[in-house]
Amino acid sequence: MKSSKKVVTIGGGIAGMEASSFLAAMGYDVTLLEKAGELGGHLAKWEKLFPTMRLGKEVLNFLSQGIYENVKVLCNAFIERIDRELDDFRIYLADGKVLEANAILVTTGYDLFDARKKEEYGYGIYDNVITSADLEEFFSSGKEIRTASGKTPASVGFVHCVGSRDQKIGNVYCSKVCCVTAVKQSIELKEKLSDVKIFCFYMDMRMYGMHFEALYKEAQEKWGVQFIRGRVSEACENSDGSILVKVEDTLAGRPMRLTVDMLVLMVGFVPSEGTKKIGNMLNLEFGPNRFFKTRDQHVLTNVSNVKGVFFAGACTAPKEITHAITDARAAASTIASYLEQNSVEKRTI
Amino acid sequence: MINFGYTLPSDRQIVYDKNNRETATFLRSKEPTFNSCIQCGTCTATCSAACFTDFNFRKLLLLVNRGETFEIIQELQKCMLCGKCLLVCPRNVNTRNILLNLRLYYAF
Ligand code: SF4
Ligand code: SF4
Ligand code: SF4
Repeated sequence: MKSSKKVVTIGGGIAGMEASSFLAAMGYDVTLLEKAGELGGHLAKWEKLFPTMRLGKEVLNFLSQGIYENVKVLCNAFIERIDRELDDFRIYLADGKVLEANAILVTTGYDLFDARKKEEYGYGIYDNVITSADLEEFFSSGKEIRTASGKTPASVGFVHCVGSRDQKIGNVYCSKVCCVTAVKQSIELKEKLSDVKIFCFYMDMRMYGMHFEALYKEAQEKWGVQFIRGRVSEACENSDGSILVKVEDTLAGRPMRLTVDMLVLMVGFVPSEGTKKIGNMLNLEFGPNRFFKTRDQHVLTNVSNVKGVFFAGACTAPKEITHAITDARAAASTIASYLEQNSVEKRTI
Repeated sequence: MINFGYTLPSDRQIVYDKNNRETATFLRSKEPTFNSCIQCGTCTATCSAACFTDFNFRKLLLLVNRGETFEIIQELQKCMLCGKCLLVCPRNVNTRNILLNLRLYYAF
C-alpha cells in the first residue's frame, strides 16, 4: 500500500537506516539524508560487537537490506535550511535540491568524547595513550598491535568513564556501552597477544545487558583480566615511553601505581555536531545533558517539542546497537500513528 | 648519631610493578575461580571469624591478587575453614579450596 505522505530522515546511522526501512515498508515515501559519503555511521568502524563478538558488518548488511530500493538515499547531503509550512516542512540542501516532508525523523546520533579535554590522561601528548576507537581501528584494519615505538605491548590498561560521569568536563551521565566495550576489547587483545597483562580501572562495572555479566566473568576467569576499582587520577609518561598510572585501589583502600605499555581511554558519547545543528534549525529542545529532550521520558520517547518532528537513536541518549534498533522501530510506528492521525496518537500523560 | 625521633613513614602505595604475584599465579592454577571474584563482600558478611576479628576474606583475596602477601600467614590463622563463605558467593568462587591451597602454599 503506497502512501503519498513523505518522511525525511536526517542521519544515516543505525537508527536512521532501520526507521527508514520500516517507514518505507509501511508504504511511506522516505528519503534518508546522510552527511557522509555512505550509510552506517559509527557502526561501520567497529569490527566485532559485544557481547557475541559478531562482526559489525553483518549487522550493517542486515540494516542495508531494508534500505534497498524503497528508501531514497542522499549521501553527502548538507542541509542549509528547513522551513515550516503549516504542518509540513521544506528542506533545502546545499546542492539546490528541495525536499518536502510531512514528518521529519531526526537520527543525528552522537560523537565520541574528545579525549584531549581530559588532559591528565595525556591523550594527544603521550604516544602510548590511545582511545577505544583507536584500538578498534587496530582490530578492523588487521594491523598488529604495537606501541608507538613498534614493540608488542606487555601490559595494557583500560580507563573507564573517560568523558562520562564527570562533572569536571560537564558530562554527568553514563555512556552505557564503554564498560562492556572495555571487557570486549580486553578479551580481543588477549586472543591476539596471549601474554599481555590487562588492567581495567573502573568506578562501577555496569554490565546491564543480557550476557554482559557472562562476558565480564569470562574476561576474569578465562583471560585473567584484572579489574581494579578506582578512577585513574593521572597518567605520566616514563622515559621509555611506557605509561605510569596513578589510581586508588579503593577495595584495598590504598593508593596504587603501576606501569603499562599502552593506555586505552574508554571515551563516552557526546551529542553530535549534527544534533546541535539540526536542533537549532528546528528549534528542538535540548535536555540537561545536551542530548535532545523527548516529550516524556517514559512514554513519548520518540516525540519532540515540535509537531511533526520525531527522534530515534543516540541523539536523545547514549544507546547500544540493540536499543538503537528497537528505538528506530518504535519511532517508525510513532510517526505512522501521527501521519494516519490514529487514536493512539491522542493519548496524553 | 643523635636520634631526634624522626622517621620516614613507610609508603602505603601498592607498587604493582614491584610486587611478587607468585601466590596469585599459584592459586589461579589450583583454583581457576580465584579470578572470578567481584569483591562484593558476601563472604565477609557471613564469616564468623570476621565478626570477632579483623579477618576479611574479600580483602585477603584482593591483596593476594595484588601481590600484597606480607601478613598472609597470620591472617590465614584466623579462618576456621568452616566453608560458610563458599555457600554464599554469587560468583561461585571456591573460597574454601582457595583457603586450603593458601595453607598448603605457606605450609602450615
Ligand atoms: S558504561 Fe561504564 S565506562 Fe561507560 S560511562 Fe558508564 S560506568 Fe563509565
Ligand atoms: S571458611 Fe574461613 S573465611 Fe570462610 S566463612 Fe569460614 S571462617 Fe570465614
Ligand atoms: S562472595 Fe565471592 S565474589 Fe563476593 S567478595 Fe567473596 S569471594 Fe568475591
